[in-house]
Amino acid sequence: MTRMQYTIHEAHQLLKAKKLSSVELTQACLERIRQIEPKVKALVTVTDKPALEQAQQADKLIAEGKGGPLTGIPLAIKDVICTKGVRTTCSSKMLENFVPPYNAAVMEKLNAAGAVMVGKANMDEFAMGSSTENSALFTTHNPWDLERVPGGSSGGSAVAVAAGEALGALGSDTGGSIRQPAGFCSVVGLKPTYGRVSRYGLVAFASSLDQIGPLTQDVTDCALMLNAIAGQDKRDSTSIPEIVPDYTQSLKPDLKGMRIGVPKEYYVEGMQTGVSAAMKAALHKLEELGAKLEETSLPHTGYSLAVYYIIAPSEASANLARYDGVKYGYSYAGDTMWESMEKTRENGFGPEVKRRIMLGTYALSAGYYDAWYVKAQKVRTLIRREFDAAFEKYDALVTPTSPTVPFKIGERADDPLAMYLSDVCTLPINIAGVPAVSIPAGFVDGLPVGMQIIGKHFKEETILRVAYAYEQATEWHKKKPNV
Amino acid sequence: MNYQTIIGLEVHAQLLTKSKMYCGCSTDYANAPPNTHVCPVCLGMPGVLPVINRQAVEFTMMTALALKCTISEFTKFDRKNYAYPDLMKGYQISQYDMPIGLGGYLNIDVDEQRKKIGITRVHLEEDVSKLLHRAVPGGEDYSLVDVNRSGCPLMEVVGEPDLRSPEEARQYLIKLRSILQYLGVSTGNMEEGSFRCDANISLLPEGSQKFTPKVEVKNLNSFKAVYLAMEYEAKRQRKAADEGEKLVQETRGWLDEKGKTVSQRSKEYAHDYRYFPEPDLPPLVISLEQVEAVRKKLPELPEARRDRFMTQYDLPLYDAGLLTSSKAMAEYFEEGVRAGKEVAPKEIGNWLLGEVSRIINAGNIDIDGFRKQVSPPALTGLILSAHGAISTAMAKSVLEEMFNTGKNAAAIIKERGLSQISDTSELEKIVAEVIHSNTQAMADYRAGKETAIKFLVGQVMKATKGRANPQLVNEMLKQKLAEASNQAGGE
Repeated sequence: MTRMQYTIHEAHQLLKAKKLSSVELTQACLERIRQIEPKVKALVTVTDKPALEQAQQADKLIAEGKGGPLTGIPLAIKDVICTKGVRTTCSSKMLENFVPPYNAAVMEKLNAAGAVMVGKANMDEFAMGSSTENSALFTTHNPWDLERVPGGSSGGSAVAVAAGEALGALGSDTGGSIRQPAGFCSVVGLKPTYGRVSRYGLVAFASSLDQIGPLTQDVTDCALMLNAIAGQDKRDSTSIPEIVPDYTQSLKPDLKGMRIGVPKEYYVEGMQTGVSAAMKAALHKLEELGAKLEETSLPHTGYSLAVYYIIAPSEASANLARYDGVKYGYSYAGDTMWESMEKTRENGFGPEVKRRIMLGTYALSAGYYDAWYVKAQKVRTLIRREFDAAFEKYDALVTPTSPTVPFKIGERADDPLAMYLSDVCTLPINIAGVPAVSIPAGFVDGLPVGMQIIGKHFKEETILRVAYAYEQATEWHKKKPNV
Repeated sequence: MNYQTIIGLEVHAQLLTKSKMYCGCSTDYANAPPNTHVCPVCLGMPGVLPVINRQAVEFTMMTALALKCTISEFTKFDRKNYAYPDLMKGYQISQYDMPIGLGGYLNIDVDEQRKKIGITRVHLEEDVSKLLHRAVPGGEDYSLVDVNRSGCPLMEVVGEPDLRSPEEARQYLIKLRSILQYLGVSTGNMEEGSFRCDANISLLPEGSQKFTPKVEVKNLNSFKAVYLAMEYEAKRQRKAADEGEKLVQETRGWLDEKGKTVSQRSKEYAHDYRYFPEPDLPPLVISLEQVEAVRKKLPELPEARRDRFMTQYDLPLYDAGLLTSSKAMAEYFEEGVRAGKEVAPKEIGNWLLGEVSRIINAGNIDIDGFRKQVSPPALTGLILSAHGAISTAMAKSVLEEMFNTGKNAAAIIKERGLSQISDTSELEKIVAEVIHSNTQAMADYRAGKETAIKFLVGQVMKATKGRANPQLVNEMLKQKLAEASNQAGGE
């Protein structure tokens, strides 16, 4: 069986018209998973049985004339999002057999919307990485070229959508972990404004940067999924009581009157010429659609990487302290209490996780705290203000999602600095807390290029409008990989 | 050399909120089986988030206001990082550099001198789990974790090093506990661990500005332990300083049964807690209106109540101070006053500070424990009986029985046939018998030895098992003796 080539909104129409059942759709996805999973390895757990039960429930709802745009739609969920009764591994040995007794807030929302979960998606361990090579379980392969990485950390989610294992997916984004793999796999990936989506049940990496968002085949689907998951949650004190609009309402095919800034610092030296050319063409297309483009400058951009690699590891060093083998997850039985706890962490965490815990522990240590953490927070404020100032002039900013196309598996695995550089265009957005979406913007030698559209706090509808207009004027999103 | 003892106390008080500090679990775990008051949040499971308990913030604000602190307009929570199996998240959510309350004081009275003791700060944090250490018989030691206590709200009150003696330290704790009890924010029970104290103690050599290194003393589980540990430490440090021994900054543990402190950890091994702002909780902004709203809720505090007792009930300072030092005692007293309109408040106070306190101390209970057996109206009922029906000595024994059985005074007096015999016809025969069988005393009296009559009264009391009205017996005896000597003189 070949893939069911439907977007979420297309499938919804067919389900509503009873031309297709959720069970059929789900079975098609499960069949697709059976076929291609050995090649792409996007999923840590395939939840076929519960998926079919959910599909039957969805079909019942639809038969009763109930249900919404996500009812009966098969989705993949990044394995960092807690799913009640279904193991949530964070692609770590530490949680390889951890089954949460609770659902993340987004899962409650998706379940209430009648969505179907077909599997839990692979990722870099604890969302730390840009290629899924840091998964302690296995590496995911890019469906556009199986020799290459799918990006990360939400690589499994991006591949599941790109390769047709699911119609959409949820990922999490701390420094680019939704957008960079979306760009590498030629799908749409949105990081909402910090505080837009509840983090309750999202296993924390860096609490002040993490945000859950959708990965989809097109912008309309992205708006539909955001509609379902956005909104304040009393259990997440950092979620904001901002009204959630219907994000599909802003999707218009032109950009007349839109002011778009092009920050020159994002068109960096290390950028591949192919990516540069694709971006040039994309910017031209935006102008054709009626947008007024202007080069601008965000001079503090260069500090983002340094700021990120102090703040994120600092928070991670505390967030990951709970994995000590006492309560749940992997546990080493040592001769003494301290030996048990130390060996649990030594054996349970992979090298990148340990590296970041050490970085963060160092940055927070007495005598270093002011020089590292406090200073990084100050620069963070400057970066945020710089974005605020830019959005007084522009409705959106446009940059490449990543300076390169997907790299070869293993190419950067032993060079953490080179790996960190793949997120140079996406990190500043998390630091500022603003929303950004990556959409397909072309190919270089058959490898995808992503374009990042950045917006003002809580103005997801504006960036989705830019994304939609561009998408409607191009064909990139319709190209699918041959796996 | 002479030294001044310098003491500063840090107190952790469990707050009487219904739910835990950052989740909805009940704090009422005292009699619950282990690990039954838990949820993913207080278990520290992956992906869960804290939510601030509004009531705990209000209780902390109340305490800070009662301690004359300034309430911070901008306050925040911080992560205190350290690893231990009782700490579910691997960090404690506490408050580091921006606590809720800053810079206050409380007054203590020592040797009739009033002294102001500074309060550095009042902040909020969470409790940890309880570790239960076990051993397989003849085998390995192991530990169990009871998470019920994890995440319960803890308020920390840090005092300035203004205390100069173990007695001042004890008075400070009594006063602080009393304030918390008056506010209704904590039970203040030290033995049950809902009111915990760590003490910092050092010396200041006379004429010097340089303190000896600070020693932190832990494991202080009663007021008495604080007093004894401070006394011990002050002596130990003096001796060490005099003998030229080098004092070091360290943490010492108090061993109650041995009556001494032992070193636990020196400065080199002090924790680096790597505090940083809790990213899961936005800063807490407290408006002036909110502060005023909480201030309005403050109840009458110990000092105000003491002053009121002095004017309203005409009590001396000493009595009023003792009666109001515990909220429960003050309430017992006032209920007694309301119930016993015929009894002077001073007399009720005397009973409470005398016999009742003796029973409480002997039974190692508190006034609430006493109240369960003897209600305030029951006590005033007894005091009324002592005005006529029974003697004071008897009343004390009746109170003892009331406390032991929970019965009221009237019932016990009736049961034991204790009511005084004030009927002359009933006493006539006994008096006659006593006179008859004590001829020597009679002779003494007649010889002018007035004290002989006391002996005779005693004999009547003995014969009536103390029930005879002594005044009446006295009069009857005098009369009989007068009659007898008249007769004798006429012979």
